[in-house]
Amino acid sequence: MNRVLILIAAAFALAACGERPQQMKDSPRQDTSAFQGTGMPFVAPGWKVGDKPSWEAQLKTRTQNGQNDYTKVN
Amino acid sequence: MARMKFICDSERCIECNGCVTACKNEHEVPWGVNRRRVVTLNDGVPGERSVSVACMHCSDAPCMAVCPVNCFYRTDEGVVLHDKDVCIGCGYCSYACPFGAPQFPSAGTFGVRGKMDKCTFCAGGPEANGSEAEFEKYGRNRLAEGKLPACAEMCSTKALLAGDGDVVADIFRNRVVKRGKGAEVWGWGTAYGSKQAGQPAGGKS
Repeated sequence: MNRVLILIAAAFALAACGERPQQMKDSPRQDTSAFQGTGMPFVAPGWKVGDKPSWEAQLKTRTQNGQNDYTKVN
Repeated sequence: MARMKFICDSERCIECNGCVTACKNEHEVPWGVNRRRVVTLNDGVPGERSVSVACMHCSDAPCMAVCPVNCFYRTDEGVVLHDKDVCIGCGYCSYACPFGAPQFPSAGTFGVRGKMDKCTFCAGGPEANGSEAEFEKYGRNRLAEGKLPACAEMCSTKALLAGDGDVVADIFRNRVVKRGKGAEVWGWGTAYGSKQAGQPAGGKS
């Protein structure tokens, strides 16, 4: 019985230990633009990181090639 | 560039839930949170239609208007994102959203409602692009990798379109004009014969 009570008490006492530290922020931070890239190697080829027009062109090309099946079958 | 938009073609959606699975897998979304889901109308009766629904990244987003801590922001590409470090999990956005996009994980202490989670158009969040912190809070940032949202790229019937609003609208318009209906539908005449499609009618052989 005591063991059960200790377990229950421990569960309540340690429950907050799973919480991650948080900081109070006043407003949303400024996000980095997507065309700036990730700095990782897992990037679609065909555009230059940091070059907005080439990133936009890449997305448009990818949309047409990947999602417009009329360019493939008709 | 125009704004990033989703369009779901209910004529094509087959309710396979591939988009839901792709999203869950790409962002490692926790149990109980569905950033995207497939809604079916008139299930099981003639005229049944399915549509894949997530955050639509509204031009005049109601969630942004009602947030008491101003945690939402819009990127240059028109993607509506939020800062989880500012969100207090009050749920106002959930009541305001007409698409039911905001989700709340029950991951806090004593199952308390956690911070809001929603579709990011695979654009991550305010953390550094491609960082571990960004992935943990918001999922993968595919836009910064030169890719499009995983749900649309995974869609087997291309019912779900995602990308530059002008481009996806052109694709959808072209599709609606060309696919026709009835015997005009692609493959109908070839398979079954149709005077309208200029094919001989099938008969006994």
